[in-house]
Amino acid sequence: MKHYDAELHTRGESLYVDDVAPPGGMLHAVVYGSPIGHGTLESLDVERAKAAPGVFRILTADDIPGENQIGPVQQDEPLFTDDSLDYFGHPIALIVAETHEDAIYARDLIDAEVSEKPAIVDPREAHEKGEILGTPRTFAMGDVEKAWKQCDVIVEGRADVAGQEHLYLETQRARAVPTEGDRIRIYSSTQSPYAVQKAVARIIGVPNHKVEVDVIRLGGGFGGKEDQATAWACMSALASHLLETPVQLVLHRLDDLLMTGKRHPYTADYKLGLRRDGTIVAYDVSHYQNAGAKTDLSLAVLERTLFHSTNAYYVPNVRAYAASCRTNLPPNTAFRGFGGPQGMFAMECAISHAAEELDISREELQRKNLITEGQSFPYGQRAERARARTSWKEADEEYNLTQMRAEIDTFNAEHHDKKRGLAAMPVCFGISFTGTFLNQASALLHVYTDGSVSLSTGGVEMGQGVNSKLINMAARALGISVDRIKVETTNTTRIANMSPSAASATSDLNGAATILAAKELLNRFREMIAREMGIQDADNLSFQNERVFYRNRETEWTWEKTVSHAYMSRISLSAQAFYATPNIWFDKEREEGRPFAYHVYGTAFIDVTVDTLRGTYDIDSVRLVHDLGRTVNKLVDLGQIEGGLAQGLGWMTLEELAFDDDGRLLSNALSTYKAPDGYFMPDDVRVKWLEEENPEGPYGSKAVGEPPLMYGIGVYFAIRDAMRAFDADANFPYDAPLTPEKVLLQLHHGRLSGLWEDSLAEQKTTELPVAGE
Amino acid sequence: MADTVTFWLNDRRVETEEHAGLLVLDYLRKRRFLTGTKEGCKEGDCGACTILIGEIRDGELVYEPTTSCLVPLGEMHGRHVVSIEGLNLADGLNPVQRAMTDRGGSQCGFCTPGFIVSMCWYLMASSDETPTLKGFQRAFSGNLCRCTGYTSIDRASEDLVSDFGPGGRFEQIWSADDRIQALCDAELLPAYFADMADQLAAIPPLEEERHDYADIAEFFVAGGTDLYVQKGEEIPRTDVKILNRHPEMRGIERDDEAGVFRVGALTSFEEFGQHPEIRAIMPRMDHYLYLIASLQLRVRATLAGNIINASPIGDMTNLLLALDTTLVFHDGTRERQVEMKNFFEGYKTYDKEPHEIMTRLLIPIPDDDTRIHFEKVSKREALDIATVNSGAKIRVDDDGIIRVASLTVGGVAPVPLWLEKTEDYLVGKALDVKTVRDGLRVAHSEMAPISDVRGSADYKRLLAHQLLSAHFTELYGDRISFDALLAG
Repeated sequence: MKHYDAELHTRGESLYVDDVAPPGGMLHAVVYGSPIGHGTLESLDVERAKAAPGVFRILTADDIPGENQIGPVQQDEPLFTDDSLDYFGHPIALIVAETHEDAIYARDLIDAEVSEKPAIVDPREAHEKGEILGTPRTFAMGDVEKAWKQCDVIVEGRADVAGQEHLYLETQRARAVPTEGDRIRIYSSTQSPYAVQKAVARIIGVPNHKVEVDVIRLGGGFGGKEDQATAWACMSALASHLLETPVQLVLHRLDDLLMTGKRHPYTADYKLGLRRDGTIVAYDVSHYQNAGAKTDLSLAVLERTLFHSTNAYYVPNVRAYAASCRTNLPPNTAFRGFGGPQGMFAMECAISHAAEELDISREELQRKNLITEGQSFPYGQRAERARARTSWKEADEEYNLTQMRAEIDTFNAEHHDKKRGLAAMPVCFGISFTGTFLNQASALLHVYTDGSVSLSTGGVEMGQGVNSKLINMAARALGISVDRIKVETTNTTRIANMSPSAASATSDLNGAATILAAKELLNRFREMIAREMGIQDADNLSFQNERVFYRNRETEWTWEKTVSHAYMSRISLSAQAFYATPNIWFDKEREEGRPFAYHVYGTAFIDVTVDTLRGTYDIDSVRLVHDLGRTVNKLVDLGQIEGGLAQGLGWMTLEELAFDDDGRLLSNALSTYKAPDGYFMPDDVRVKWLEEENPEGPYGSKAVGEPPLMYGIGVYFAIRDAMRAFDADANFPYDAPLTPEKVLLQLHHGRLSGLWEDSLAEQKTTELPVAGE
Repeated sequence: MADTVTFWLNDRRVETEEHAGLLVLDYLRKRRFLTGTKEGCKEGDCGACTILIGEIRDGELVYEPTTSCLVPLGEMHGRHVVSIEGLNLADGLNPVQRAMTDRGGSQCGFCTPGFIVSMCWYLMASSDETPTLKGFQRAFSGNLCRCTGYTSIDRASEDLVSDFGPGGRFEQIWSADDRIQALCDAELLPAYFADMADQLAAIPPLEEERHDYADIAEFFVAGGTDLYVQKGEEIPRTDVKILNRHPEMRGIERDDEAGVFRVGALTSFEEFGQHPEIRAIMPRMDHYLYLIASLQLRVRATLAGNIINASPIGDMTNLLLALDTTLVFHDGTRERQVEMKNFFEGYKTYDKEPHEIMTRLLIPIPDDDTRIHFEKVSKREALDIATVNSGAKIRVDDDGIIRVASLTVGGVAPVPLWLEKTEDYLVGKALDVKTVRDGLRVAHSEMAPISDVRGSADYKRLLAHQLLSAHFTELYGDRISFDALLAG
């Protein structure tokens, strides 16, 4: 088992969009975006920029031959704005020049006259002012109003959680190459080649079939390139189409941070009712999603927030409301978890609050309320093959929560300048696109006469290892060595109308289609061999280890012989197959259905040490049990678990997206936006799997991409736990990420500020800048 | 400016007349189409563009890993530039590549070449007695990966530790006198490395070997680790002077007669931090280095660059300020000395003429009773810019009386701040909790933080309070306890 691209990666030989040798005459484009957070573009002067060295052309909305619209769901996103400036960096124009450096130089020479309007950055303010995208949604089960009366304890509060930058190491980029006539080929770093194809066709005004989109691989996506790779591909395509020459657009990191959307910040009001013994009776939550300025995928993200509002718990009475609120931030978008993590965070805050109120341990409250077989989620689906309790139990047996807690208590009794904390984090995540129609995929298999195999699917390789899993599945389905199989680039001419590589479902869907294609091919071979062998029961022919077996006995037919014989017999060596996930549906009128093929479960224990003098913290260990199904590629799955975990830990701690009141991104570079580094991650990360067969996944496997991210939520509560060991009575607000700044201020500010406030009373703070390096 | 710069690029000797300020990263990717080196941020924060630079120092060929996005091409004369392509064997994978592949240390692959280069550097050049996981982690401390969560990269490192450590199959290579030769002999490194020292020695030096003070350029580039972040687009379009062509401005000498360390202005953070004399006066230097920057930047960043950059939160600046450092400038005709404590005037302004170049720093040699400490807190513990940092040089005599209390704080004023009044207050008083607490009150009257992306004003003030407290609890824990200081 391995990651089949790794050898190329480690030699620096894998190709990303701009590693392919540039075609002759290729120009470079740079985007000019809004200099303000909200307002109107009064006039644009590009004359000086046009005259700058190397500049070929400057394009704006007026240059679009087709329709100036790239909105994937709602039609509210022009490629270039006409005059409304809705966020910092909102694209206004494209500078096309001989070199990237020339284009950057010219960009500074563009003058825009703008008039400013007040910006909205707070989703609650947007909600109040009616700035709502789509229609707010409510999931309900039982009757919360009646249920409050049955509760012994009711806690109410507010939970805020900030956004997160994807920080794919490879920034957004695309290269467009005109072919002949008005046809065009786009090399894009996108998770959704079909979205790019459709949008480019619309922008340049040609039918879809004239636009070919090809994707070798992505240097990371994490959702950030599901919808938001489209704009840059359209811009390079537009320039290329108009100038009739190849054009490449590679966003500089600073432009990428400024112009692209991120994980949605949310703010929520929660109300949780319980019985004295800790049984949860009712949960009422209102989620206000900060969508940014355009709809993008926000409504689908919002829906998943509702699906995961009760996480892995059974709550008999639920009312969950969610509204997508329009603000003046860049349009927020898909990010691993897709709204689920934000829904879970509010629930975990409510549980934490209730545990403190009831004086029961948080872990005890969590454990007691885990969902079990046959119980309903608030959207009507029942838990089938539920693993919430199993994974918790396994984790407890493996890692011994009681002992972990006892060790921490002992440490805390002996130390004051350091405090340790612990939290458990159960996760339950539904697998399938919640837009049911997207749960379809196709695969195209070619076998060459030498026995080598070419496989095309709609899966995009972005590091998640889908190609490796497809190789494993194809090899297993065909009964041949993995060395014979090559996964092709993801290309719209080979796979039509593909769904994005998203929702953790890429391997499930494309793997299932691949297996179907392999079966189709093998059925042809069976018929052929049965004919040659003069047998009637072709079904008893099987393919393993590069050979054909009849009734489990080896025959003389090898893979190579079979292939060669099929070719000479004029039997097609190509197969195409289509897969659609069965038995899933959702009724949006009633907000009920069976939207998910299955759920993934797991439990993590996280412990931390907080330096109470400095407010900093170390994550000491993460120990988890993850419900994996029968893994197809263990190395890949382990990598997804550990990598997802790291992103979740970062989201809850260091990764602070800061905007000012005008909507200006303050954490606008990697020097100010900090993601986990090697030192940040604990040396002690232990992963144990639950390996029961999953009948809904290919070869019994389960999707793995998103769920592990949500283990990271536990670190927030582990740090909070340590802080409460320092100050047991403190009522710390629920506001993630829990940066060292918040830790220190919450631990000490009230206590210590008296020391200096008196002496500073008459002193006036100078307004000199200290920022900058 | 169109000097012909001659150097070795992997296994080839190259000559170029490209602009001296052109980034090595752009040269590799755009001119040579060596695309294994990736651009992730262009500010030294992600490490995807990590390369090795080999240089003859004191007759030895020394390799260092660095981020090619901050290195000017003009400095590469006589050097060996090694990109990922230069570490590839003709067939198969080198040991680092094998371990990373086997252990799933690579997912999307975009950061991978940078990690491989950093980890290969550790095998080739680390001075650790035996390889360790911590050593590998130090080596890739400047490499960010967004996919793996690093755990699999740690596992790959552990494989290499077993192979090259005691009892491992390549143990002999690690302990060889010439490890690079041994790696070449074992065919774990391409053979061309073996005679690289001779190849570099054969490149004649550039004529312009000493600094010409009359030649005022738009940009003087030393390590470039901050200048390129600020002015990366401009530098390759204008005239530039590469100060690192002047090795005479490097190195550390102890002058007992004058009672100072004479430290070359271009001494890198890493050279400074690894120097035995410096480590002797600051026993916790390894921890400070861990806090200060990644290895890739520490080998480039210079002491003078950090000071001249004049950021209020410069790490080395605040440490050197606490050490009563004197700065030596030269304008071609005369030398001038400025005490660092009088050097900074306002935000990024200071006592220096445009044509003056800092040539040396004079750091007083502390006596045995003096204790030195550095504190820093940033959002991410390592590889981040300080929210607040602080240097301390404290001497308390046997009678318990404070004789020296040179305290500095970064991030609470427009300049790296020496707490002059606090020192005045503390000196002559007995070291106890009350003195420290009252001293802190004085310190607060000297600080005026403002809110920015690194933290609110309230936070910075509180953090400064805590870090100043930490000097005392760390250096004089027997007399000043955390609990006592905290008790309001």
